[in-house]
Amino acid sequence: MHGLKAIFKKELSDHFSSYRFMILFALITMVSLIIAYMVGMTMREELASVAKPKYVFLMLFTSRGGLFSLVQFIAFFGPLIGLILGFDLINRERNEGTLSRLLSQPVYRDSVINGKFLAGVVTISIMMLSIVLLITGLGLRMAGVIPGLDEIWRMGIYLVISIIYISFWLGVAILFSILFRGIATSALAALAVWIFFSFFVPLGATIIADAFVPDPNPNNPEAILTHAKIQKAISLVSPMQLYSDATGTIIDPTRKTTRTVILMGPLEKLSQARFAGPLTLGMSLFVVMPYILLLIAITAICFAISYTIFMRQEIRSL
Amino acid sequence: MENRIVIETEELTKVYNSEVAVDHLTFQVREGEVFGFLGPNGAGKTTTLLMLLGLTEPTSGKARVLGVDPVRDPIKVKGMIGYMPENMGFYRDLDAIQTLRFVAELNGFPKDIAEERIEKALKTVGLFEDSKKKVGAYSKGMRQRLGIAELLIKEPKVAFLDEPTLGLDPDGTNRMMELIERLSREGRMTVILTSHLLHLVQRICHRVGIMIKGKMVAQGPMEQLAKEKLGVGAEKYTLEEIYMKYFKEA
Repeated sequence: MHGLKAIFKKELSDHFSSYRFMILFALITMVSLIIAYMVGMTMREELASVAKPKYVFLMLFTSRGGLFSLVQFIAFFGPLIGLILGFDLINRERNEGTLSRLLSQPVYRDSVINGKFLAGVVTISIMMLSIVLLITGLGLRMAGVIPGLDEIWRMGIYLVISIIYISFWLGVAILFSILFRGIATSALAALAVWIFFSFFVPLGATIIADAFVPDPNPNNPEAILTHAKIQKAISLVSPMQLYSDATGTIIDPTRKTTRTVILMGPLEKLSQARFAGPLTLGMSLFVVMPYILLLIAITAICFAISYTIFMRQEIRSL
Repeated sequence: MENRIVIETEELTKVYNSEVAVDHLTFQVREGEVFGFLGPNGAGKTTTLLMLLGLTEPTSGKARVLGVDPVRDPIKVKGMIGYMPENMGFYRDLDAIQTLRFVAELNGFPKDIAEERIEKALKTVGLFEDSKKKVGAYSKGMRQRLGIAELLIKEPKVAFLDEPTLGLDPDGTNRMMELIERLSREGRMTVILTSHLLHLVQRICHRVGIMIKGKMVAQGPMEQLAKEKLGVGAEKYTLEEIYMKYFKEA
């Protein structure tokens, strides 16, 4: 891979020295720490008089501190990290005339896009890792519990899923930066996609389900079930839903399925009632595996589309 | 001057969306020559250079650069040729040395060789004193010279300069032309340059090619073209006259 290393190194140092990254990082760290602090406070009060339940540590991530939990926060605003890091990666170089200079060096064209994507993924990884470590540190002090091995594994998997999720949005942003020459255009287009999937799809899911099953009669379980099924199926179109379901299940061992209670089959309900204990790590992973694979797949597809378009673009129009 | 042929094309053609940009172009450039590539805007000069570099695939026809087919092995060709694109830009936050270091890294040069070449190139183009300044603060002339420095660290045998004097003031233009002349004379570098400043082309180019609407309508030493077109001997013509004659006929 000619030039991949050089481009990767340059992109990485560009990310870390940019104001954009610093502001983003400061903002996200701040919000995460505030949430973790609030959750930690509540936990300390509530747990003062009772015996400590299992998996206290992971509750730092899933409990709501104020408005939302950490998992929800990343689900909503994680995409912004990816979008902000990626929306001008290609078109800025095009507009400033550095791309033609870069490509006239002995480098493969794919090294450019691969290097940029990889540097973005590494930036995201470092960002997420440091946030999770910060929260862990704060949690250690506030809750006074040490996470078990199982919990550390769960956090690790949570971290990986988060990185994939944010990388998907990075891929979307890079795609737009290839498609559109204008930097503002690609930024707005990427934002529009984010708003569509994060806010309109969940909203639309309810509306469409209402259209199919208007006003489900509370005495008719079948109607309620159909309503819920339709709603779930449509909301899964959104990567945010995929991510929240996947991380919610992996980080909360008592959650045994990615489905809502209404959608559980009779056997699932039975097992839920009979075996009240938490799921093992392997089982949790098994439950969310399809979600993780799907997230990886959409990220790969998105990157593949960018890659193909970029490789085929005529240099004249670059 | 019977030197080795370093660049040759054979019926090279490029069609963009059913529009012919380069039309069955056949020409040769010999080692050590300064070849002036002339023609109106949109005649296909840049496209030709891009095809020679392997940055664009020709629709049909063949090209060879230093014996290598740019379609087959663009990486090798790009490693041997220094290309200075028209309207090129630099990363504004880097200084001259960092810019050149990045290019050296892209070319895979070892560190010590790179540093040595960077210093030499910056001195040659006269940017050594300003090498710690951010490129964003450079004037147009300085940026153009940095472009030449970037090309020099590859120590190429062949250089493609696309409008190297575009937007330069008279002094900058003169310095650029002197620099190119010196590289050709001292470095024995083969240079293909495109420009609209015909009096300067006349001063430094050994041979010219006039390209109009994708076709090479004339090529050869200027004396020969003058004789053919204007029917006058050497010294009594300007390139401008020759050029306009061809332009009006096409």
